[in-house]
Amino acid sequence: MALTYDQAIELYEPTLGLEVHVELNTNSKMFCGCATEFGASPNTQTCPVCLGLPGSLPVVNAKAIESSIRIGLALNCSITPFSRFARKNYFYPDMPKNFQTSQYDEPICVNGYLDVTIDTDEGPKVFRVEIERVHMEEDTGKSLHVGGATGRIHGAEHSLLDYNRAGIPLVEIVTRIVPGTEKYAPEVARAYVAELRDILRSLGVSDVKMEQGSLRCDANVSISPRGTGVLGTRSETKNVNSLRSVERAVRGEIIRQANRLQTGERIVQETRHFQEESGETRSGRSKEQAEDYRYFPEPDLLPIVADPAWVQELKSALPEKPSVHRKKLQEAWGVPDKEMSAMVNAELLDTVEETVRLGAEPTKARSWWLGEISRLANEKAVAPTSLIQPSEVAEVIALIAAGELTDKLARQVVEGVINGEGTPAAVIEKRGLKVVSDDSALMVAIEAAIASQPETAERVRAGNIPAAGAIIGAVMKATGGQADAAKVRELLLKHLGQG
Amino acid sequence: MSTPIIHQTAAEMSADLASGSVTAVELATAHYDRIAAVDSDVHAFLHLDREGALAQAASVDASRKAGEKLHPLAGVPLALKDVLTQKGIPTTCGSKMLEGWRPPYDSTVVANLKKAGVVILGKTNMDEFAMGSSTENSAYGTTHNPWDLSRIPGGSGGGSSAALAAFEAPLAIGTDTGGSIRQPAAVTGTVGVKPTYGSVSRYGLVAFSSSLDQAGPCARTVLDTAMLHEVIAGYDAKDSTSINAPVGKMVEAAKKLDIKGMKIGVVKELSGEGYQAGVLTRFNEALDALVSAGAEIVEVSTPSFEYALAAYYLIAPSEASSNLARFDSMRYGIRIGDDGSRSAEAVMNMTREVGFGKEVKRRIILGAYALSSGYYDAYYGSAQKVRTLIKRDYEAAFAKVDVLVSPTCPTTAFKIGEKSDDPLAMYLNDVATIPVNLAGIGGMSLPCGLAPEDGLPVGFQIMSPALKDELMYQVGGTLEAALQSKWGAPLYASAPELAVK
Amino acid sequence: MAAISRDEVAHLARLARIEMTDAELDHLASEMDLILESVSRVQGVAGADIPPTSHAIAMQNVMRPDVVVPSLTPEEALSGAPAREEDRFKVPQILGEE
Repeated sequence: MALTYDQAIELYEPTLGLEVHVELNTNSKMFCGCATEFGASPNTQTCPVCLGLPGSLPVVNAKAIESSIRIGLALNCSITPFSRFARKNYFYPDMPKNFQTSQYDEPICVNGYLDVTIDTDEGPKVFRVEIERVHMEEDTGKSLHVGGATGRIHGAEHSLLDYNRAGIPLVEIVTRIVPGTEKYAPEVARAYVAELRDILRSLGVSDVKMEQGSLRCDANVSISPRGTGVLGTRSETKNVNSLRSVERAVRGEIIRQANRLQTGERIVQETRHFQEESGETRSGRSKEQAEDYRYFPEPDLLPIVADPAWVQELKSALPEKPSVHRKKLQEAWGVPDKEMSAMVNAELLDTVEETVRLGAEPTKARSWWLGEISRLANEKAVAPTSLIQPSEVAEVIALIAAGELTDKLARQVVEGVINGEGTPAAVIEKRGLKVVSDDSALMVAIEAAIASQPETAERVRAGNIPAAGAIIGAVMKATGGQADAAKVRELLLKHLGQG
Repeated sequence: MSTPIIHQTAAEMSADLASGSVTAVELATAHYDRIAAVDSDVHAFLHLDREGALAQAASVDASRKAGEKLHPLAGVPLALKDVLTQKGIPTTCGSKMLEGWRPPYDSTVVANLKKAGVVILGKTNMDEFAMGSSTENSAYGTTHNPWDLSRIPGGSGGGSSAALAAFEAPLAIGTDTGGSIRQPAAVTGTVGVKPTYGSVSRYGLVAFSSSLDQAGPCARTVLDTAMLHEVIAGYDAKDSTSINAPVGKMVEAAKKLDIKGMKIGVVKELSGEGYQAGVLTRFNEALDALVSAGAEIVEVSTPSFEYALAAYYLIAPSEASSNLARFDSMRYGIRIGDDGSRSAEAVMNMTREVGFGKEVKRRIILGAYALSSGYYDAYYGSAQKVRTLIKRDYEAAFAKVDVLVSPTCPTTAFKIGEKSDDPLAMYLNDVATIPVNLAGIGGMSLPCGLAPEDGLPVGFQIMSPALKDELMYQVGGTLEAALQSKWGAPLYASAPELAVK
Repeated sequence: MAAISRDEVAHLARLARIEMTDAELDHLASEMDLILESVSRVQGVAGADIPPTSHAIAMQNVMRPDVVVPSLTPEEALSGAPAREEDRFKVPQILGEE
């Protein structure tokens, strides 16, 4: 019988390593002036340099260097006093020069770390992920496989190449192996990528959109039988396109490898591809016969010698770390740990923060985003942020506070906005959802309710305030929920001599 | 009898254009007529852009007529080595691989030439991807030396130098990775300069060995070469290795004709054994001429030069193996074997088998070997260290002398076919030119006479410190004047008449 | 002893994506042997204290500002393509990775 994850962890100790590729959001490419717009029509953002035409030469984008150094600094790395580009030689049709201009033994940043916090059985625990290096390279073009049944490479009759992406600056962030994660390896992997993404976003160096490929994660996983201390053979899983997938991929690989070892098979050092649908990984290119990339210093480019004063300047201008920022928010909002991590895990912290910035009360903002809006988003299987703007949520919350909407009405307003009926104001107007706040109209309803419940009214007059609830309920029912309950209470008690 | 128009120097043509005694269209036409008459024997050109050149010449003439201020070389024709891109004009690099490729962009050298109004007649033959010393490695046939059609015109830029010697063009562009400008100049009795690395942009120069390649000017006289040098040199932001400094005054230096008090070093390691007797005779006579002109000659030793050839034949092939990887039939160039059933990989393998010639394959394999893990330190790494030693040898030498001199090549032009099956013998041709490339400094070859034993031109090499290229022109100009006054005419005037068809 | 075997040459030819016949491999292996013997002179010439030179004219920090310049048109970009389909380069089936 196949091992479950828990059984696998009981028998084997997992080791994790992560390589994250980040596309920088520079205006132009790494080595030429072509634009970097996502989704442009094929081969409209190419030139002799990024097409690798004979005679063309690369020139480094200064902004890419600056961004790489800032990334390194934010990850507590040292900026190397001398770094260089090298050529990584191998043939692939999506790579115009048949070598990738990358950094090899002289990367721009080395020896950093990133701390991530995981909720463990023993409470929150900090795991330190050590960063081995941060280096620069260039992206490849994109191929479209034609003729195969699935659009995949296998069975395709030919391929079509678009080099718009070729030469877009990439930064690769490589961790050392992360030991001692134990059963939390999947969570650590996810938390690391999430934290890294937040840092990159706060630096403003990348769009960090995993679904568009501007942040890509390769997860290296190996396992070793408990007690042996022998590092196992690792697999490298690519194509991991969301935070959730990072966690699933690592979990899936641990299970797969444990089951192989359990049945006496060995682990092959190879590239594997994560399958979004099944959560499993599929074998890709075998790396058993190690490619000989014949690296050598790129003769068309010159060394980067970062001026220490400049590096210091960049360091002092770094934005607040997302983790520090979160702590500050938590204190300001007075939110418990659990709610804070709920927002982080739902990837809604930034959204809630924005809603608060627009005037909403933090608890209300949190509960709308994580409650009603997330529920609706879940039903539609989309991200909550794609449904409604923080400004619209803030507006709804403000209307509630002003007594112009009840919670119940507000839910209808939000639903209207999500259905595309317009802004909250427009929805209220169209659906006629305004709270009944005209005192005389309310008094008519209140008097009618008192007339139908004379005994209850007597008890209230005699000082039994809680008894008023029944009359208030009747008023609310009569007004179809459009009355403000607090207002009804106020008017009722006053009318009965208790106000 | 007046000199035929095509026998004039570029400087003379420039003066005639300025005075209105000749038009650019007439000049271009005269050269196309000459090409039609002799190039079936010489085979200097791979492609002629008659229409484009005549249009450019006409536009120069019109500008001149309108009274615009023009560059001195505006309207003077030029032959372009087929390794530099010219928008819309076939660029083959002498390789079957690039048959029919028309680049969508101009190299910076071409852009500078066009800006100056130089009229580009066509593209000249070369050893495939500039690998060779004879043009025998061209996929489009060998170029013949106008001094003796059974002999090689040098290489890789044999087409450019043969065009000059055959009066098919007064100016030419070459590229020099290990001697490909200077050795052809030497064996054809013309002048060629490899400028300091980084002083002429490499943008649009199809790379052979990126850290060694350098485009440079070729002509029949030192002054013409200097004029062309000033047109093509200069900072270019598109080439990271381009030097951001003003271009030296080459023309002024070429016109100085004064070397009194200059110290000239003769490189001990670049003469003697292996050098043809007649080459040494003419070289020594040139030294005497320099002494008569007031220079002091001293002998200088550069012990690491012994390893230069070996270092070069590791560095250049290594870089080439990577530079030439892009020729894979996916985006441009020929494609072989794409029958719908073969994979991209198989098609690449077949295309590269057919598209590359023997020498190119040999160097790609050699380069791949030198860069392999396990061999990198022993080969590529060691070669890069030798390069440091050679640089230091030059630095030490230039601390003592202003320029260094040597014969450009050990021998005069050899027979076509004589060395084509012996790569090592072929490589030895570059023994005196290679150290210059490894150190990135300037080098010039100019004619210093005909070897008594075979009557063929001998080249005299002048080497100047980095960014002091004007020193080569100063010494070269003076030597040229001294020798010509001794001979009574420029050497090229004594070239045998070619059969005119 | 030969510095390089025929198998090694075959491996290099595969790395370099050049198809070679057996006869070519044999010939090249013997040539390579001679050439390698000759170029191996560089070994041990320079001591450990000698730094390698990758650029003869030493420079550093050559960069360009992050400014977009016009690209080629797709027509120009694809002008040399051996095969194309609309605005993409058409190439034979790619084996291997996805």
